[in-house]
Amino acid sequence: MPAAAAGFICAPEMPRGGRFGTLRAFAARLRVMSVVLEARHLRKLYPGVVAVDDVSFQVPEGSCFGLLGPNGAGKTTTVEMIEGVTRPTAGEVYYFGRPADARFREEAGIQFQDTALQDYLTVRETLELFRSLYDRRANLEHIIDECSLRDLVSRDNRKLSGGQRQRLLLAVALVNRPRLVFLDEPTTGLDPQARRNFWELVRRIRADGTTIVLTTHYMEEAQVLCDRIAIMDEGRIIAGGSPDALLRERYRNVIIELPAADAPDGLGGIEHRLRDTDGMIEISTDDVNEVLRQLAARTRGLNRMKIRQPNLEDLFLDLTGHSLRA
Amino acid sequence: MLKRIFAIFRARNREFLRDRGSLSWNIVLPVALVFGLSWIFADGNRAEFTVGVLGGAEAIDEALHPFLGTRYVDFVPVASVADGELAIARHRLDLLFAVDPAPRYWVNPDSSRGYFAERTLLQLDPDARRVAIRGDAVRYVDWVLPGILGMNMMFSCLFGVGYVVVRYRKNGFLKRLRATPLRAIEFVIAQVASRLLLIVTITSAIFAGTSWLLDVRMDGSYLLLLLVAVCGAVALISMGLVVAARVTSEELAGGLLNMVSWPMMLLSGVWFSLESAEPWVRSVAQAFPLTHVLDAARAVMLDAAGPGELAEPLLTLLLMSAVFLSLAALLFRWRAD
Ligand SMILES: Nc1ncnc2c1ncn2[C@@H]1O[C@H](COP(=O)(O)OP(=O)(O)O)[C@@H](O)[C@H]1O
Ligand SMILES: [Mg+2]
Repeated sequence: MPAAAAGFICAPEMPRGGRFGTLRAFAARLRVMSVVLEARHLRKLYPGVVAVDDVSFQVPEGSCFGLLGPNGAGKTTTVEMIEGVTRPTAGEVYYFGRPADARFREEAGIQFQDTALQDYLTVRETLELFRSLYDRRANLEHIIDECSLRDLVSRDNRKLSGGQRQRLLLAVALVNRPRLVFLDEPTTGLDPQARRNFWELVRRIRADGTTIVLTTHYMEEAQVLCDRIAIMDEGRIIAGGSPDALLRERYRNVIIELPAADAPDGLGGIEHRLRDTDGMIEISTDDVNEVLRQLAARTRGLNRMKIRQPNLEDLFLDLTGHSLRA
Repeated sequence: MLKRIFAIFRARNREFLRDRGSLSWNIVLPVALVFGLSWIFADGNRAEFTVGVLGGAEAIDEALHPFLGTRYVDFVPVASVADGELAIARHRLDLLFAVDPAPRYWVNPDSSRGYFAERTLLQLDPDARRVAIRGDAVRYVDWVLPGILGMNMMFSCLFGVGYVVVRYRKNGFLKRLRATPLRAIEFVIAQVASRLLLIVTITSAIFAGTSWLLDVRMDGSYLLLLLVAVCGAVALISMGLVVAARVTSEELAGGLLNMVSWPMMLLSGVWFSLESAEPWVRSVAQAFPLTHVLDAARAVMLDAAGPGELAEPLLTLLLMSAVFLSLAALLFRWRAD
C-alpha cells in the first residue's frame, strides 16, 4: 500500500462508474468547505515502538471523521498529538490552516479514552469547573439536557455507570461550545443499548454543525457515524475515504458465506476465499443469481448459506490479513 | 487567568472539605499530640538530662563537685546566669549549676525534668542552694505547641499538595486539564492558594482552641504570628510542589516526601531545642523552612518579638518559596508517561 505510506489525504474519492455525476457534485461541495484540521506527516516514536508512522489527513468543517483501527494501531497517540497533549516526534498540526495554538485549545473539545476527574465533585460542579477554564462558554443547562444528565447533576462523579460517565465526559468536552470535538473510543466498554444512545447523542452534536474526530475499533460505529474514515494499523493509515466509497471501490455488491464443509470438492472457477477463523468460505459477487446457480451444482446444499453486505471489517481483514478485534 | 485559577482553587477546596477522612486527620492528629504531650511526656522526651554549668568547659570536672560526674547527664558550659536562666525558662536546660563560690542551682519549677535533676543533685549535695529564677518560666506545652502545629502544617502542606498532584498526574486528570487553556503556573498557584487557606484556617482554629484550654502563653502579636504561619505554609507547599513536579508514582512521591519531612521533623526543633546540638546539625537545619517557621513563631509567642526581629526568618521563608515555586513551574509535567 505505497499510497498509504506516502500519507493519504482525505480528499473526495475519485468518481467512478454510473454515479459519476453525483459524486462529482459531492466532491465539488467538499472542496469549498473549509478544512478545520490538518495533520501533516505525524510521527511518534516510543522506545522500541513506532506508535505513529507518517500520518496525514484533513478534516473538513462539519464532518465526522473516524480513525478506525484495532487496539494498539496508534489512534490515541495520533489524536493526542493533535490535541497538543503528546509531543510529536515529527510532523505538524494545522487548525484552520494555521499551526495549532492557543486558539485551538480554546475552541477544541476533548474526550480522552480514559480520564479521571477530580474526586468529590458532583456532575454539575465538574462541568462548571471545566467551563470556567474557557473564555468560550456553552449554556450548561443545554448541555446537561443534551447529554441526558439532568437526573444526575448532583451525583458524585465517581458514582456513575459506564454509560453515564461517558455522557459526562462528552458533556465536559462540550462546555466551551467547541468547533471541533475529539472523541477517543467513546463507546468502548458500553453495552449495545448504551452505545446506540451515545451514537444518537453524537449525531445531535454533529447536527449543530460541530466537527467531530472520532476513534474507534468498532467498524459499525465508524460506518454509522462517520462520513470520512481513515483505517489505521500498526501506526499507519492504510486506506481512507467515505465508508461507502471504500467498500464500493473494493467489493462488488454482496458477500456470500457458506461453511467450507458444505463444498467438499472445491468451488471450481468461482473466485473465493477461505476464512481461517471460522472455516467459512467467502465469495464476493455482483451477480448473485449466477453464483447461486453454480453453487447449487457444486455443494451439498445451501441451507447454511448467508448473503450479506460487505463491511469495514471485511475491508480491514483484506488489507491487513488480521481482524479488527484482535 | 484569575478566573481559571479560581475555578481550580474552588474545586480543590471542595475536595478537601468533603474528604472527611483526611480533614479529620488534619485536625485530630495535632490536637491529640498537643494534649498527649503536654500531659504524658510533661516536658520532652530526651534521653538525657541537660545541665548547664556556669563557666567554661574547664568548669565541668568531677574533681570540682561530685554532681559533675553523674552519668546520663549532659553537662554544657554556660557563659552567664542570664543565658542560663533563659535556657531554663525555655526548657532548653533542665538545670543550671554553679560550684563557685558555694554550690548553687537554678531550676524551672514547672519542669518535671528539672525536678528530677534537682533531686539527683540534692542526693549528692544536700547543701546546694536553690536560687529562684528571674523572669517567668515557660511550660513545655507553651514551647512545644508551635512545634506541633508547625509539624502538622508541614505534613499537610507537603503531602496534601505533593501527593495530590502526583495522584492527579497518575490518573490522567492533569492530562485532561492540559487539553484546556489552563497553564501550569495557574494550576500551581491554585493549589498553593487552596492549601494555604485551608491549612492556615485549621492551624489558627487549633491554636485558638488549645491555647484557650491549656492557657498557652502568648506574649507577642497575633497578626505577626499569622504572618509567620502564612509565610511558612507557602514555603512548605512550594517545597511539596517541587517534589511533585515530575514524579508519576504515588509510592515514589510518598518516599520522597517522607525523605524531606522526617529530617525536618527531627532537626527543625519541633520537640526539643537544637541549641545544644552539634554545629553542623544546626547549619543543616537552617536549610529547612520549618526551622525558620518555628524559630519565628516561638520568638513571637514567648519573647514578644516584633517585626524587626522577624524580618530575617520571614524573608528567608519568602526567598525559599520563590525558589521552590519557580522550580516547580519549570519542572512541572502534566502527564504520567
Ligand atoms: N507512553 C507510551 N510509551 C510507550 N509506548 C506507547 C505509549 N503510548 C502508546 N504506546 C504504544 O504505541 C502504540 C499505539 O498505541 P495507541 O495510540 O494507544 O493505540 P490505540 O489507541 O490505537 O489503541 C502501541 O503499540 C502502544 O503500546
Ligand atoms: Mg486508544
